[in-house]
Amino acid sequence: MSPRRIRQIILEQSYRAHVGHIGSALCVADIIAALYGNVMNVPRPDDPERDRFVLSKGHAALALYAALHLKGWLSQEQLDTYCADHSLLGVHPEQALTGVDFSTGSLGHGLSFGAGAALAARLQGSARRAFVLVSDAECNEGSLWEAVMFAAHHRLSNLIAIIDMNGQQALGYTKDVLDLSPLPARWRAFGWDVHEIDGHHPDEIAGTIAGFDRATGPPHVLIARTVFGKGVSFMEGRIKWHYWPMSNEEYCQALREIGAKP
Amino acid sequence: MRGAFCQTLSELAGRDARILLLTGDLGYMALEPFAEKFPGRFFNVGVAEQNMVGLATGLAEAGLIPFVYSIVTFATLRPYEFIRNGPIQHRWPVRIVGIGGGLEYSHQGVSHQGLEDVGVMRLQPGLTVIAPADHQQTRAALQATWDLPGPIYYRLGKDDKTIVPGLDGRFSLGRAQVIREGGDLLIITMGSIAAEAAAAAEALSAQGVASTVMVVASVSPVPVEDLAALLMQFPVALTIEAHYTVGGLGSLVSEVIAERGLSCRVVRCGVKTMPTGLSGDLNYLYRAHGLSREALVETALREVGK
Repeated sequence: MSPRRIRQIILEQSYRAHVGHIGSALCVADIIAALYGNVMNVPRPDDPERDRFVLSKGHAALALYAALHLKGWLSQEQLDTYCADHSLLGVHPEQALTGVDFSTGSLGHGLSFGAGAALAARLQGSARRAFVLVSDAECNEGSLWEAVMFAAHHRLSNLIAIIDMNGQQALGYTKDVLDLSPLPARWRAFGWDVHEIDGHHPDEIAGTIAGFDRATGPPHVLIARTVFGKGVSFMEGRIKWHYWPMSNEEYCQALREIGAKP
Repeated sequence: MRGAFCQTLSELAGRDARILLLTGDLGYMALEPFAEKFPGRFFNVGVAEQNMVGLATGLAEAGLIPFVYSIVTFATLRPYEFIRNGPIQHRWPVRIVGIGGGLEYSHQGVSHQGLEDVGVMRLQPGLTVIAPADHQQTRAALQATWDLPGPIYYRLGKDDKTIVPGLDGRFSLGRAQVIREGGDLLIITMGSIAAEAAAAAEALSAQGVASTVMVVASVSPVPVEDLAALLMQFPVALTIEAHYTVGGLGSLVSEVIAERGLSCRVVRCGVKTMPTGLSGDLNYLYRAHGLSREALVETALREVGK
C-alpha cells in the first residue's frame, strides 16, 4: 500500500471538505500503509478471524478511510462523502462504516478496546491480533495506563500498540504541555516489549512487527518517531495544522510536495 | 441481590460459554461461586473501572457477553464515558452490574452511595436499565434479559433475604408489577426500598388509607402503558426511591404524566439534597431523608388529606 496515495487522499478530501486534522492524518500515513499493506491479516472486513484495528487517535480517521479505499472496501463515491451530510465518513471513525472495527474519537479509550479484543482472541483460541494506534499526547490520559497495566499483567502478546510520537498536541508541543519523557522507559517499566522505530518507514515497521513473539511474552509497543504533517513542508511540526484547513494555494503546494498533481 | 445475581449468572454461564465476569476488585463473599466454577472466565481487572468497561467493549465485539461488576458509583460514574462510547455507541452486549443502589453502603459514606445512577444511565438511548426490588426479582430479571442484543445496566442491592410482599419474583421487560391494590393512593417504587414502600402501604391500610403499590424494575424500557393505566385512576401518586429526586423514578413518572396529559399529581419521595456526611446505618439514612416507612406514611397521609 502506497503511503503517497494515502497522503494524496488525505489532502484531496480535507481540501474538498475544508476540514482540519490534516497534519495528524499525514503523520500516520506510513504506519497505516504498513498495517494495511502487509502487517495485519484482514482478508475481508467482516472476517471474524481478521486482526482487529483500533484507531485510538480517531482524529486521524482520514488516513484510515484512505487505506480502506485502497483495499477496495470503500468506493471513490463513498470517499467523496467525507464530512458531507448523511455520510458515515466523519472526522472520527464510526464502526457502522465497513472496515472500521471500533468507533473512536475520545482519547484514552482505544487501548482498552484493543486489550479486550486481544483477550477475546485468547479466550476463543484464535491467532488473531489487535493493533492499536495511539497518539503520544494520548498518554496523558490516565485510563490508557490502566490498559497498559492490564495487558502486561495478562501478557497479551497478541496486542500491539503503536505510538505516533510526533511530539505535539492540540495546543502545543508535548514537552511543554505535559512532558512524557522518557516514554520508552515508562512503557518498559510497565512491562511491555518496547521498540523504538522510525514511523515513516513502512518496511521497518513491518519488519519489526514480523519479529514479535505472538504466543507468549508481554504485549508489544512500537514507539514510532514521526513528524507531524509529514510530507508537506509548511505543515511539518506546526501546531496550527492540528485544526487548520487548507487554502487553494496551500493545497496545490501540498500536492506538489508529495509528488501528486493538483 | 448480589448472591442471587452470582448464583443465577453461574447457572447461565454453565449453559452459555459466552458469559464472562469482570470485577473492579470488588465482590468479596459474593462472586466466589462464579470465580471458582469458571476460573478462566473470571477476571479481577484491578481497581480500574474505565479499563474494565473498555475491555468489555473489546470482548463484546468478538461475540462474548461480559458482565462488569462494581459498587454502583464505581460501575457507572467513573467509567461513564467509556460506557457511552463503548457498549452504548456500538450497541454491544456489555452488562454493567452496580451493587448497593441508593443508600445501602450507608456507613461507607457519600462516595459509595448510588444516588444518581438511574438518572444518568436511563438518559442513554439503547441502554436497558433494570433495578430489581428484591433477590427473587433479580433472578427473574437476569434470566429474562442476560442475552439481549444491546447493553444493560443492572442496579442491584446487597440484601439477599428481604422479600417484597406480593412481588413473587415477577419481572417482565417493559412492564411494571402491581404488588398491592387499593383505591385511595398510588405508590410507585423502584429498587430495594420497595420493601419500605410496601411496609408503609401496610401501615397506611391500618389507618384507613388503601394503596395501590407498583414496582418499576424495568426502568428502560419504561413501562409506559402500565404506568399510564394506573396514573389515570389516581389524583396523587407517591414515587419512592433511594435516589435523588431529579432524574430517577419520580422524574420518569412525571414524564409519563406530562406526555400522556394526565392530571395525576406526583409527590417525589427520594433524596432531595446532598447527604450531609453524617454516618449511620441504612435506617438512619432513610429517616434522615424522609424515606423511613414512618416518614413515608406521614407524607402519604398529608398528601391524601388525612
